[in-house]
Amino acid sequence: MSTAIDRATFLKQSGGALLVGFSVGAPALAQTAATPQATVNPTLIGAGSNAVDAWLAIERTGLVTVYSGKVELGTGTETALLQLVADELSVPFKMVRMISGITGVTPDQGVTSGSQTIMTGSIPMRRAAATARMRLLELAAQRFQVASADLVTRDGYVMPRDGDRARAVGYGELIGGRKFDLTVNPQTPLMGPSAFRLVGRSLKRVDFPEKAYGTFKYVQNVRIPGMWHARVIRPNPVGATFVSLDRSSVGAIPTVKIVQKGNFVAVAAPKEWDAIRAARALKVTWSGGGLPAQSDLYDIIRKTPADVKVAGQAGDVDNALASAAKKVTASYYWPFQTHGSIGPSCGVAQVNPDGTISVWNGTQGVYQMRDAIAGLVNVSKESIKLNYVEASGCYGHNGADDSGTDAVLVAQAIGRPVRVQWSRADEHGWDPKGPAMVMDLAGAVGPDGTVTAWKFDGFTPTHSTRPSGQAGNLLDGQLTGAPPAKNGNVGGDRNAATTYAFANQRVSVHWQPTAVLRASALRGLGAPQNCFANESFMDELCHAANADPVAFRLAHLNDPRSKDVLNAVARLAQWQPGQARRGLAHGVIRARGVAFARYETTDAYVAMIADVDVIPATGALRVRDVYVAHDCGLIVNPDGLRNQIEGCVIQGTSRALKEQVTFDRNRVTSVDWRTYPILRFSEIPNVHVALIDRPQERPLGAGEPATITVAPAIANAVFAATGKRLREVPFTVARVKSALAEA
Amino acid sequence: MAKSVSFTLNGRRRKVTVDDPSEPLLYVLRDQFDLNGPKFGCGLAQCGSCSVLFDGVAVRSCQYPIASVDGGTVTTVEGLGNEHKPHPLQTAFIAEQAAQCGYCTSGMIISSAALLQKTPHPTDAQIKTALDGNLCRCASHLRIVRAVKRAAAEGMKSA
Repeated sequence: MSTAIDRATFLKQSGGALLVGFSVGAPALAQTAATPQATVNPTLIGAGSNAVDAWLAIERTGLVTVYSGKVELGTGTETALLQLVADELSVPFKMVRMISGITGVTPDQGVTSGSQTIMTGSIPMRRAAATARMRLLELAAQRFQVASADLVTRDGYVMPRDGDRARAVGYGELIGGRKFDLTVNPQTPLMGPSAFRLVGRSLKRVDFPEKAYGTFKYVQNVRIPGMWHARVIRPNPVGATFVSLDRSSVGAIPTVKIVQKGNFVAVAAPKEWDAIRAARALKVTWSGGGLPAQSDLYDIIRKTPADVKVAGQAGDVDNALASAAKKVTASYYWPFQTHGSIGPSCGVAQVNPDGTISVWNGTQGVYQMRDAIAGLVNVSKESIKLNYVEASGCYGHNGADDSGTDAVLVAQAIGRPVRVQWSRADEHGWDPKGPAMVMDLAGAVGPDGTVTAWKFDGFTPTHSTRPSGQAGNLLDGQLTGAPPAKNGNVGGDRNAATTYAFANQRVSVHWQPTAVLRASALRGLGAPQNCFANESFMDELCHAANADPVAFRLAHLNDPRSKDVLNAVARLAQWQPGQARRGLAHGVIRARGVAFARYETTDAYVAMIADVDVIPATGALRVRDVYVAHDCGLIVNPDGLRNQIEGCVIQGTSRALKEQVTFDRNRVTSVDWRTYPILRFSEIPNVHVALIDRPQERPLGAGEPATITVAPAIANAVFAATGKRLREVPFTVARVKSALAEA
Repeated sequence: MAKSVSFTLNGRRRKVTVDDPSEPLLYVLRDQFDLNGPKFGCGLAQCGSCSVLFDGVAVRSCQYPIASVDGGTVTTVEGLGNEHKPHPLQTAFIAEQAAQCGYCTSGMIISSAALLQKTPHPTDAQIKTALDGNLCRCASHLRIVRAVKRAAAEGMKSA
């Protein structure tokens, strides 16, 4: 057995022996080869290949390489996917590794987003592994001249059912170095919980040691011989047109080259510091452009002509509202927010001698990005070789894609490999923003405390302008005159509808064709905004009904798993009905608030209780503890899941309390950590998590669900403390103080 | 005006020549010594991803002129320990799985090493204060605090 081989040795030894015709993974390539490229994997035929060989390969040593179209974004999915595949294939964890996100090499599984990697992305990998395991049983059966039903697989071996290891044959011996030449059988059953050996265990993440030792190869660390460094200079004001530039302004840095194409401007130099200094010094003249006043933002959102779609309908809400004795209305506001990746985006590109272009960046969808770049620079899709290399956490569509195309444009212009590192101001100023939204609600409760009417009107643009094969979605496409992209309406309706059983309701989403700032996917898309409105308004109706917030929600839910998370969080937080406000001491009021949601109305269940301290005299608000009960079906890696939930809660608290993109008439002005503050160590809440494991259920995503209930839980706690509603994010000190001053 | 700067980097004597003595240490470490530990995060000394130890004190290498390290000692996270001989903080960060994307981790470990040198057994509050200038966007803060406590508990000596 080779299970004694540690992972690092394994990676080193197996690097040159992959079966699909390329040598080593992209990051390592970039370190060593001047013209790195992967040859095309012939088993990859379009999206979602059905060839087993497209998904995995087994070497003579028995080592297994899994090809994944889903990439590790820093959330731990590489480890979790490997757990799932290793179990399906019956191999030890140390015998599997993953190659992901390389065009022509890994399957096209679309974009890595939306908490979908484990939920849906793992399925074809598991099916391929299950099909492969069946073939290994057949091969061993032929060899031993027995029925394959008399054999079992264990630890990378096929052996007789009695487990006689003396008669075991290793996978490497059966198929090693050869292809399966087999179509994935969609009928092959996947393993059930009783067969899991790795799934359900808190295995340590495979990427962690290198991250702790500082040796991990992020895209920011890709180095190619002869590589130059470049920085970009963006139009100011936003939307302005290039007029001229003054070359003498960078005359003091003789090595610098200036690249200008339409409204795209960059400087490049052999030394990074020279590129930085040149970007600061270069004088560029722009004309036109500009932004509306930020104070008009929500007014513009309400007045932008919209395409109205009904996302939920029951009974007759208009009649129910008209005849209601107790009617409540409220409006909620959520500003533009940014991804705030700690490492600004970085892309590396080079034009190869054969005219193809290699790109390394942190894109969430290599094929969709490849196609967009092909359109941008007007070459065939096949001539773009895109390599995903992990970047700083992105939480959605940040600057990763755009930094990659920056590198392509500069590399083409100067004829050298180029690394484009965005500045902090580039990332904060120019990443696509999570959209600002307005939500108007009206509702009523009957004398028995039942919600008799629920009317929701949300105003939103699309939450996805990802590359999706269109140059017009790339910032550089927009700067160089690419045709405008056509995007469907995505994400603004996420959790607009609730899962409460309301007899009379209408949920309307007012889709807007434009946004004040360039907008795209940020963790949860429209769900944090919509859930803030819905769960705050649920609390408003609960107050009108003079009911307990936990009991009120339970009374409007039919689904047992929804009720389970609410009951679980109530137990975890030792919820006492009627005790939401826990009193005033030393000028501090302590109180708690509740929120519940089922993500996307079809996925993971989250119930949350936030304990806050409010100091009415100053408006200071502190979130002390957050309790979460979480049901995402089968749990693959409990500690990895807890890590995600903790991250969702703390990042969600940051978004609720502190975050808003600011802009003046020219440009975004929240361009660093002083003007766009996020939660710090001294401000973090304690997070208490109750996991509900359901091994018989399919796994649901966990990267986003627990982020959407945070803002309403906090706002509801503030109401419990003070009797005042916070209906606009972020809940800054000034805003809390002003809410408390209202009559 | 080229300037020669000599310093000890992760235990080895090093000498570099720079055109601009105000060039931040970060770019020298990353581009001349191919180190991956110190990260570019903001270039403004606001986030802590670029932190290194200079003569035992945690500094922001993105704002620290190369000329000012002349004759001194610079330690990056790679110099604290490696897979063969890990620093107690590196072991503890792995044990607590104290990151998600890990981009801020180097800076967290460096700032924590500086803390533990002065305060070998810090309280939670002392850890949070010491790390308040290091930003983590994935929000692994609770784990990072636990990791620092674990390292302290497991007989943290000098960094």
